[in-house]
Amino acid sequence: MIRYVFFAGVLAIVSSPIALAKDTAAPLNYFLHSAGPASSPTMVLGWVLTTVVAAVFLIITLLLTVALLRKRTVEDPQAIGPENQGMAWIYIGTGVSSCILFALVIYVLITLNTIANPTRTPALTLTVTGYDWWWKVEYEENDAARYFATANEIHIPVGEPVLIKLKSADVIHAFWAPLLAGKTQMIPGLVNRQWLEADVEGIYRGQCTQYCGLQHAHMGFEVVAQNPADFRKWQDEQRRDAEPSSALEVNTGKEFFMAHCSGCHSIRGIGAAGAHAPDLTHLTTRRLIAAGLLANSPENRIKWITHAQDLKPGARMPSFALSPGEIAALSAFLSTLN
Amino acid sequence: MSDVAPKPSDQRLERMPDIGCAPAGSPAERHLAELWESAPGWRGWLSTVDHKEIGLRYLGTAFIFLLMGGIEALIMRLQLARPDQTLLTPDQYNQLFTMHGVTMIFLYSLPVLSGFSNYLWPLMLGSRDMAFPRLNALSYWIFLFSGIFLYSSFPLGQGPNAGWFNYVPFAGLEYNPGPNIDVYALGMVLLGISTTVGSINFVVTLFRMRAPGMSIDRVPILVWGTLTASVANIFAVPSVSLAFFLLWLDRHAGTHFFDVINGGKPMLWQHLFWMFGHPWVYAVVLPAMGIVSDALPTFCRRPLVGYSAVALSTMATMLLGFGVWIHHLFAAGLPTLAMSFFGATSMVISIPSAVAVFAWIATIWLGRPVFNTPFLFFAGFVLLFVIGGLSGVMTAAVPLDFQLNETYFVVAHLHYVLIGINVFPVVGGIYYWFPKFFGRMMNETLGKWSFWVMFIGFNLGFFPMHLAGLLGMPRRIYTYAPNMGWNTVNLVTSIGSFIFAAGILIFLVNVAVSLRRGAVASANPWDAPTLEWATSSPPPAYNFAVIPLVASRHPLWEDRLAEGESRTRLKEGYLLMEGRETIGTTPLDAKPDIILKMPDDSYAPFFLGLFSALVFTGLLLDWRQFTILMLLASGLSLVVWLWPRKSLLQRVTSGKRAEGGFHG
Repeated sequence: MIRYVFFAGVLAIVSSPIALAKDTAAPLNYFLHSAGPASSPTMVLGWVLTTVVAAVFLIITLLLTVALLRKRTVEDPQAIGPENQGMAWIYIGTGVSSCILFALVIYVLITLNTIANPTRTPALTLTVTGYDWWWKVEYEENDAARYFATANEIHIPVGEPVLIKLKSADVIHAFWAPLLAGKTQMIPGLVNRQWLEADVEGIYRGQCTQYCGLQHAHMGFEVVAQNPADFRKWQDEQRRDAEPSSALEVNTGKEFFMAHCSGCHSIRGIGAAGAHAPDLTHLTTRRLIAAGLLANSPENRIKWITHAQDLKPGARMPSFALSPGEIAALSAFLSTLN
Repeated sequence: MSDVAPKPSDQRLERMPDIGCAPAGSPAERHLAELWESAPGWRGWLSTVDHKEIGLRYLGTAFIFLLMGGIEALIMRLQLARPDQTLLTPDQYNQLFTMHGVTMIFLYSLPVLSGFSNYLWPLMLGSRDMAFPRLNALSYWIFLFSGIFLYSSFPLGQGPNAGWFNYVPFAGLEYNPGPNIDVYALGMVLLGISTTVGSINFVVTLFRMRAPGMSIDRVPILVWGTLTASVANIFAVPSVSLAFFLLWLDRHAGTHFFDVINGGKPMLWQHLFWMFGHPWVYAVVLPAMGIVSDALPTFCRRPLVGYSAVALSTMATMLLGFGVWIHHLFAAGLPTLAMSFFGATSMVISIPSAVAVFAWIATIWLGRPVFNTPFLFFAGFVLLFVIGGLSGVMTAAVPLDFQLNETYFVVAHLHYVLIGINVFPVVGGIYYWFPKFFGRMMNETLGKWSFWVMFIGFNLGFFPMHLAGLLGMPRRIYTYAPNMGWNTVNLVTSIGSFIFAAGILIFLVNVAVSLRRGAVASANPWDAPTLEWATSSPPPAYNFAVIPLVASRHPLWEDRLAEGESRTRLKEGYLLMEGRETIGTTPLDAKPDIILKMPDDSYAPFFLGLFSALVFTGLLLDWRQFTILMLLASGLSLVVWLWPRKSLLQRVTSGKRAEGGFHG
């Protein structure tokens, strides 16, 4: 009886990955997907290691099972086996394990060396700063005329290595877009660096992976990899100031914004210069709001403004109680930020 | 006798111990009982320094903390069972996972092993107590009080919430202004005292308290495991105590060790914490591996294969363990060369583990296993150990760790390591030594049920966490969106964790039932080879009526071992009965060296522990006068403790002057 249950237990371990690996569509699944030279050698390394590890596990399980179940001829049930026996097990087992390990160490170090630096000098350098709980993304810091900042959405050109300088404004965060590269901590007082490159156009999900407080769970972002022409066009658009229309409702919304929101948020072109919260200059061009939590629709924007503390309890954004008129005006104003 | 009891090296000895027998019921044996037994009632309970009593308290207290940590985990698993769940607020979740980690790491896994070692060491080594029995009592009381201190944060609604790793600046005053982190910081410094004095006690006990003839190559592997863990603690704990003390200074005295604005360095915390944190992982698994190495052979009816290799691998693991802390910092932006070195060390550290794995499998293969409950736990452990070790190799691979780090893959890995390598041997060890502890056997049917429910529940619960990690699920998130692909794995994990908890519950029911109704146990019900089984079950207060003279690694199997020669003497030996006494021996070859006077029961350890805990309470609440008062009280307890006593001196007796030796 016990033997069968033991087999069942082993079977449960072995079969669970197969039964559960259905969710390959997970946006952060770096084990089956990779999209650039900073991450694909790692993915292959992961496959090789998993294969080796699974093989070792199966062999050891087999040895253990046979050791447990093999038939013994018992002459004297009281007898105690001799002490100096079985050393071959240790010599062979440890010897083989060591050879496998040393081979893996070499392979690991080669992979590390491969992904440590890009093969070409990065064409683009940008700075990402972690805040509680969102990401500030800055382009062309060294050129005041061309500088612009955005939030939670990083655009990069396809096929070009991109260097990202990582900073923190408060506590330790970690920057992780797993399909493009591994994670790197953002440590206050330090500037860490990481590079990534996307081989194909697409939208890649990212996430903070260093516990940073109440809303660590909702500190996501997206990397949008575009072809270089589209990317440059996007850059040019982002550099423009916001130009809200002068319609009455938009103007009312703008005044409301200046009175209640500009302490934290900035919008270039209308004089809002808050520094604690995402820059909203071209808000409607973004796909998501609230650090990856909600789709960027007019309804969600209002939902976020009025119910931020229900959606993301503890976030620095307060929930505002707004009248229907204020909602309409603010919504109209925000919709012009394109 | 002269062949087994060589001349003492210490010329100061003025008295020769008697050689003789003290069979059960003899006047000599009754005299020993009078000398060693604690006072009845609460007075004895507070003042006892008996290592067995202290060991059982350690075990019981650690198990209560295991249950608290387990309940915290189950609540978290309810929250994570489905996406977008709102059972807990983010703050509640963060406090729960912090206290779950703190509890399981600091209040369960090491203390529970201290419990085993405290109970078993003197019995395994053939001694009457630990080297410093009062220090032993103190380390228990401080452990208990620091546990209560840490848990007192919950009723205040101010549980620590920065994770057990407590990274600054999040743990600094600016982001955590309440008393929550102070509770953790002070509690850890307090607990560090307990761990340190406990470790010193183990090291001295090993080197000085073994029975004559129990040379260093004859001690059980559990002793090797606890010895290396204790040496590691002596070096590692100061690092973390310092880290927490600096943090407390930053928060209260205005220093800037970690404060970036004023030039502090958050990385300092990471180095200090993990310089302790990684060796600590081995401190909580090596003694547990020792439990298996010692108990598994009993059920295989043959000695452990490769004793010396396993003992050496234990020490090798610990030495390498100090060289791998950087692998917790791979994501911190270190230079590639540093990461290469520490990554390679982290992978190579699994070679000593391979020695142990193959030794266990060979022992089973060459033996004739008896499938009793303890054996099931030990055999199951081997499988979990292998999984935990292999996933460890994967996380040690630096580039892969850039991905795996801080995901559920690491959560899976560390639970296979800590539950697989700590909890399974501990529960198996309780099944194994229960008859020794309480004189009764545990129920086999319930035992097998508890194993299978735990084993299946554990794998069902924790194996899918590997997959959650590969699917990109970060650690320490209180909720997740339904479209991330993590729904199934989390549901399965939650179900598995409740099944695992049910297995623990069956085990506890078994303990409760067996304590009252278990079959009465003989001295050696499993036919085990080691010295603790030579005493009655449970052992008398003085452990051994005569100090045994040990001649092999398997004293109770000698007559049946093919190459063995029956030389160990258990019935006749040193009769030490002038007060609480035992034999001190030389560090390596265990030649009798000195008669050690052991202390009487004392309230001093309890009060010193209590007052030191109150000193920390005063510091937490900023009660200056109270703190000073409690410091004075602690000092007074120490004076009482150390007050010179005549009873601790070796007394010259009845003309038996040694002429340079025990036996003339």
